[in-house]
Amino acid sequence: MFFSFAARNLRRHWVRSGLSIIGIVIGVVAIASMGVMASSINLLAANIITDVGDTVVVTPHTAIGGTFAGDPRTAVDAAIPAREVEEIRRAANPHRTIPVLQGADEIEFGRGESGYAQIIGLAPDDIPVLLDLAEGQHLRQNQAGALVGIHLAREYGIAPGSRIVIGGEDVRVAGVLAERGMGFDINPDYAIVVSDGWYESHFGAKDSYPLVIVRVGDVDEIDAVKDAIESRINRREEVVDVADSREMLGQYEEIYDQITLFLLGIGGIALVVAAVNILNVMYISVTERIREIGVMRSIGALRREILRMFLYEAVILGVIGSVVGGILSTAFGYLISVAAIEVATAGTTFGENFTVFDQSAVGFIVFGMAFGIATSIAAGFYPAWKASHLAPVDAMRQR
Amino acid sequence: MNDEPILRFEEVSKIYPLPAGDVVALDRVTLTVDPGEFIAVMGPSGSGKSTLLNMMGCLDVPTSGRIYLSGQEISGMSDDDLTRLRRDRIGFVFQQFNLIPLLSAVENVEFPIILTTGREESRRRAIEVMRAMHLDDALFTHRPAELSGGEQQRVAIARALVNDPDLLLCDEPTGNLDTKTGMAIMEILAEENREGKTVVMVTHDPNVAAYARRTIRIVDGRVA
Repeated sequence: MFFSFAARNLRRHWVRSGLSIIGIVIGVVAIASMGVMASSINLLAANIITDVGDTVVVTPHTAIGGTFAGDPRTAVDAAIPAREVEEIRRAANPHRTIPVLQGADEIEFGRGESGYAQIIGLAPDDIPVLLDLAEGQHLRQNQAGALVGIHLAREYGIAPGSRIVIGGEDVRVAGVLAERGMGFDINPDYAIVVSDGWYESHFGAKDSYPLVIVRVGDVDEIDAVKDAIESRINRREEVVDVADSREMLGQYEEIYDQITLFLLGIGGIALVVAAVNILNVMYISVTERIREIGVMRSIGALRREILRMFLYEAVILGVIGSVVGGILSTAFGYLISVAAIEVATAGTTFGENFTVFDQSAVGFIVFGMAFGIATSIAAGFYPAWKASHLAPVDAMRQR
Repeated sequence: MNDEPILRFEEVSKIYPLPAGDVVALDRVTLTVDPGEFIAVMGPSGSGKSTLLNMMGCLDVPTSGRIYLSGQEISGMSDDDLTRLRRDRIGFVFQQFNLIPLLSAVENVEFPIILTTGREESRRRAIEVMRAMHLDDALFTHRPAELSGGEQQRVAIARALVNDPDLLLCDEPTGNLDTKTGMAIMEILAEENREGKTVVMVTHDPNVAAYARRTIRIVDGRVA
């Protein structure tokens, strides 16, 4: 009876009811699709960031600080001199120390296509430690050959045995590297890996390195290795920055958590606006029907029955708004995530088989809907309570 | 029949505190209403007739004094208890009809039954009472706004009677009706009284008061 009352009243003022439903829909869609988007970004990041948990990365210390390995600002300006690499090697002993040479040059491919690519120079016996092959063979000592990153290989149809031209020099492709993802040390998926010997003969002799990787066998020893390097090299002044992938991963996660919170906050604000709208609509409804409430009370409606009648109105608004919002945000969140992934992975194969809707995305939609209903009820409670506590005589005196 | 008065007022006062000074609406009123009576409460505007009626209907509580409904004292009762008394023992008829605009005529009459039983299978009883009010079946599904004043007041009386109350309280029941329609409504109330209902009616129309068998005059909050 009271439910049908509430429904009839909402239908009587269908424009007003419709508008407040739209408010809730917007709020729920905002909160749910923002959540879905955040969880997609998170998933994507988790997917493409390779967790090399057993790696310590040593980079030249820069005043900028806090940058990541391979940051062009550090790569261009600073390098670690060869004698310090030896110091690192001694400090990190018995773990493997891998100095990395990085540059770029013009590349020509068999089909007459050309472009620039990153060239990574590594000692041939270090390469198998760091990188896996998709096909072909690793480089042998003193062999003039190249390993090609998988994305580069796919894009230009390069296979083991193909020939490419690096800065005018003809080189045979020995192998194609397996997909590695975004690492904290080197990112070979779009690069060409050559031996350090070939690198120096091509670019000229190098006595410094932009990056030194220490491969620590046991994760528990990472801190000890870091301390050893720090105390040996950075004794007098900060010469190098020593970082391991765990703390970098931690930083990334923190950033993504903040993005999630920020996006949810935006959705939350939309819902608060919707709540104020419901409060307003319910308040108008109570004020308009004050006399009717007085009549109902005088012929025997209990306070809690009046309260229930008005709460039903808020519940109906909340449920309709949240269900419509849930349906829309499923569609909307899907589109947003697809677009976000499209942008984030443009030109790569990452995310190709990536599913947008995982449990947490569905969770965000359910959360958005629940929040929408709860907000509506909370907003409706005060007007409903006020209506139920009117003295019947006073209420009936109102015109 | 029960000899106990249906209503007994003992030294009942009602004072409204206002910033400009307290207003005494009722001043130590003592009266009794016996079962089966038909009483007209008369008096000038602002004399306290409506306040008296509200007290009789458990809609308002006295500032001091005692009110007994069939021997049961009502001051100190909880809001829920007073509400149940109104629902089960008292029927109200208002000058403004006060039908619920969202409900059809028959739903308005059903409303008090549903409040009592919590069930919606009360249409038969509602229709029975409405027919007794000489309301045409075709009007049952109309909304109050689609009915004439006389029809609305008949629906309102049907609503007041549907739970078979002991006491029918009417506040200017003909005040918004033309003379002919008003007289028809009075015939209905008189008929109900003949069938045993106790009726207390506020009016300032002597022609309407003539239907009553006793008149209580209120002047400045006192029984004159």
